[in-house]
Amino acid sequence: MAEVLITLAAIITCVTFLMVLWRFIKGPSPVDRIIAFDGLTIVSITGILFAALAAERGIYLDVALVYALLSFLGVIVVARFLERGF
Amino acid sequence: MAEFLDILGALLLLAGTIFLLLGGLGLVRMPDIYNRIQAGTKATTLGTLLSLVGVAFLHPEWSLKLLLIGVFLLFTNPLSSQVLARAAHRTGAHKSSAMIVDHLEDDLGEKP
Repeated sequence: MAEVLITLAAIITCVTFLMVLWRFIKGPSPVDRIIAFDGLTIVSITGILFAALAAERGIYLDVALVYALLSFLGVIVVARFLERGF
Repeated sequence: MAEFLDILGALLLLAGTIFLLLGGLGLVRMPDIYNRIQAGTKATTLGTLLSLVGVAFLHPEWSLKLLLIGVFLLFTNPLSSQVLARAAHRTGAHKSSAMIVDHLEDDLGEKP
């Protein structure tokens, strides 16, 4: 029962990733693309959770934490670059 | 009892991914850039937090790391949302027919 629900949740996450990727490719303005990039990283953190569940290894959560930190810095840096253009 | 906790955790995980799906749907369907910011950061924040709680029910020994990730997400997601909205306004990418009133532009225009 629980395994079926987790598999369904993983499939929904993959569908979400593809939808946000569509906005990332199509997005008319650069800010749309950064919003989609932010969404992609947040969905990817959930994907790393599924990888940790599938492998039964808690060390993958450290990867998720560092990934969240670096992607946040990336979003901030690109947004500041668009504002000022330094 | 352990089986009940497993099913509860899986249901919370599924609810979180459904919120992620709704956020992605809003990101695809919304007409305006500010609407996309709302859908893309608020709904996905709740979805990720629910997923973290669900994984904590499935594996209670990972709770500390999951709490750390959750607190970090609660700090960073509103901040990135605000920075993205400011970048949208300053680059002028927010102009659309759906936007009628822009108080920030009025306030900036009144400065000498």
